[in-house]
Amino acid sequence: MNEDIFKIDKKILKSRLIVGTGKYKSLNETAQAIKSSGADMVTVAVRRVNISNKKKPLLMDYVNPKKISYLPNTAGCFNSNDALRTLRLAREIGGWKMVKLEILGDKKTLYPDMIETLKTTKVLVKEGFKVLVYCTDDPLHAKKLEDMGVSAIMPLAAPIGSGLGIHNKLNISLIIKQSKVPVIIDAGIGTASDATIAMEMGCDGVLINSAIALAKKPVKMAEAFKYAVISGRKSFLSGRMKKNNFASASSPEKDLIS
Amino acid sequence: MAKIQINGKKVAIKQNFSILEMLRKYKLNKKKVAVELNGKILPQNQYSKKKLKNNDKIEIVQFIGGG
Repeated sequence: MNEDIFKIDKKILKSRLIVGTGKYKSLNETAQAIKSSGADMVTVAVRRVNISNKKKPLLMDYVNPKKISYLPNTAGCFNSNDALRTLRLAREIGGWKMVKLEILGDKKTLYPDMIETLKTTKVLVKEGFKVLVYCTDDPLHAKKLEDMGVSAIMPLAAPIGSGLGIHNKLNISLIIKQSKVPVIIDAGIGTASDATIAMEMGCDGVLINSAIALAKKPVKMAEAFKYAVISGRKSFLSGRMKKNNFASASSPEKDLIS
Repeated sequence: MAKIQINGKKVAIKQNFSILEMLRKYKLNKKKVAVELNGKILPQNQYSKKKLKNNDKIEIVQFIGGG
């Protein structure tokens, strides 16, 4: 079998499943879920240190950034300045240049603000960041981002944390067809089969947080997603059969006993 | 004493305290945080040289769980 390599910029990832690290009950559960998901890249948020609690456990003590790549995000940023500030700080912590840009335009829908996103992408690319961009499922914006030099395009399937699955398959498939950089579905996936559908459509990867963290058994669901993504990818590479409107018997119709 | 602000909180520290000493005071590993001094990112190699002065505003950030 030909090797199927997943590469973002120059970084080779073993898993096409990227997972978020938010919303878990504990850091221990976060670490376990990442392990059973098989993901080798995780998204992380940048926040103030709590200086009044010196004993607060750190994510880095549970998820080793030397083994699992951290992808710092700008979650919670609603404008370009905040996003740039966040990612420059993130780069200072670990020296990572690969980041996830996410600028939100509305608190209720957490829909991406594409005007701020395009503006910020330009600055980040110029500063040498490898930017994975959370974006709308609009093929025109996706193309603009690609032309600006982003490392991956990450359209939403449905609003962040909604668990509704892929809502605009047509747009997602248009983006997949036109893009030369990886297309990673980010946000809105609700369950493992949604991830399989995304991968069967030809997405290069999926990014999952809530669907794993908010499952009744997150560690088990993480494993379900691992196989869902592998399954969808293999199915995509295999090329599905043609759809027929009528039946076609699976057993030979010759040499029947009567 | 110098009065400074760390992550929005007013604190008093000794005169001539360096950033590195301040991180140690709060038991923070310099490899796991980033520091912004008066709105500008301070590179790690300046933590021991840079002394805090009255009215300095510091932000110390780390990675936490997020999607």
